[in-house]
Amino acid sequence: MIRDFEHFAPKTLDEALTLLDKYRDECKVIAGGQSLIILMRQGLVAPKFVIDIKRISELNHISAGKDGVNIGAVTTHRAIEKSPVMKNGLGVLAEMEKRLSYIQTRNWGTIGGNLCNANPAGDPAPVLMALNASVKMASVRGKRTMAVEDFFLDFYKTALEPGELLTEIQIPPVPPHTGTVYNKFGIIEGHAAIVGVAVSITLKSDGDVCNDVRIALGGSAPTPMRAKQAEEVLIGKKVTNTLLKKAGETAMAEAKPLSDISASDEYRRELVRVMVARTGNEAFARAKQA
Amino acid sequence: MKKVLKLTVNGQPYELYIKSKTLLIEVLRDHLQLTGAKRGCETGSCGACTVILDGMAVKSCSILALQADGGEVTTVEGLADGNELHPLQKAFLDHGAVQCGFCTSGMLMSSKALLDENPNPDKQQIKEGIDGHICRCTGYNSIVRALTDVVKGEYKEAK
Repeated sequence: MIRDFEHFAPKTLDEALTLLDKYRDECKVIAGGQSLIILMRQGLVAPKFVIDIKRISELNHISAGKDGVNIGAVTTHRAIEKSPVMKNGLGVLAEMEKRLSYIQTRNWGTIGGNLCNANPAGDPAPVLMALNASVKMASVRGKRTMAVEDFFLDFYKTALEPGELLTEIQIPPVPPHTGTVYNKFGIIEGHAAIVGVAVSITLKSDGDVCNDVRIALGGSAPTPMRAKQAEEVLIGKKVTNTLLKKAGETAMAEAKPLSDISASDEYRRELVRVMVARTGNEAFARAKQA
Repeated sequence: MKKVLKLTVNGQPYELYIKSKTLLIEVLRDHLQLTGAKRGCETGSCGACTVILDGMAVKSCSILALQADGGEVTTVEGLADGNELHPLQKAFLDHGAVQCGFCTSGMLMSSKALLDENPNPDKQQIKEGIDGHICRCTGYNSIVRALTDVVKGEYKEAK
């Protein structure tokens, strides 16, 4: 049973920030609520005040420019899935969204809400980390920006301070000769990933040598994480199957997965090993064509 | 604390006083007695509560009613035109795409949202269009067949 609360629906970001500053720990922000409402029904979250940002139009946009692509926090998953902006190396975002939950959930749920929920197995985080994205946050005291990979502090815990709101996701331009792929493994299509792996490989312009790589894992630790040691295995080397397998083994050693009802930590480690190599291979193939 | 909710459901405008915590499915079933949309899992997994809100299929068990304020909702009760069933409803009947019927309201609403967006989906797109639904009788094939026949134009649009 959901405990009753007072519902505020501010029309502007400034109004929302003023309310957030007033109620701080006593309030929860709702965007699409596709995770929050379930938590509230289970009694795990019982705020006195709910600040509803779903209709704040200045937070609902996808814009592309020379600095990259910016996505407002309350942009729905479905809008990203369908957006013509998701090309030129960003097709991976649309591919990820298409496999995130179900159409009904994607129609109402938002990318900002997904990140703020900080489920370690959420799909957007590893992809955004592989794409070197940042999150923009605002409060009555000002704005700040941080890398998506720094945004997750612990299991369902983010870097947002009381009174602070995630407002935008910023994705820098994708470098030339870059391929990015996201794969998720689950038992049922549409369910959360047991393990999700995103790999973005940038090749040197003259061949198969890895100039840069970003490997991000979901469902593999209490937070989405980057597998930096696995990246080191690849950087500066000619990409081969053998090397990608070694990167998978390194990522497996770096991962700190939890055991839960879906899978044991041991099983998840094995998935990381296999999926990093496989996803790396697919990203490599994509980079060669980019 | 109660708030005013203005909502158009199946073309009929309503003004209701509801608690903030009221979910869209509770407004439809408990306040308006439109019991077509079902409470199933109530965790956003089964799709039985699916309705169309402002043109989009959504799960009414996972939306605060106040978030739909000013919106237009279509439930399964709004599909038929008087006594004339909607083509999707006729096709579901002809194909036996209804067994226990619990998923049917939701299946029909996602099917309608799919065809409104893409009148010519292929079989894969039809399957993707209803993949947010669980049919506990496992009658998926007959549902896909019903949709396929509607796409083929074997059921004329009502009216």
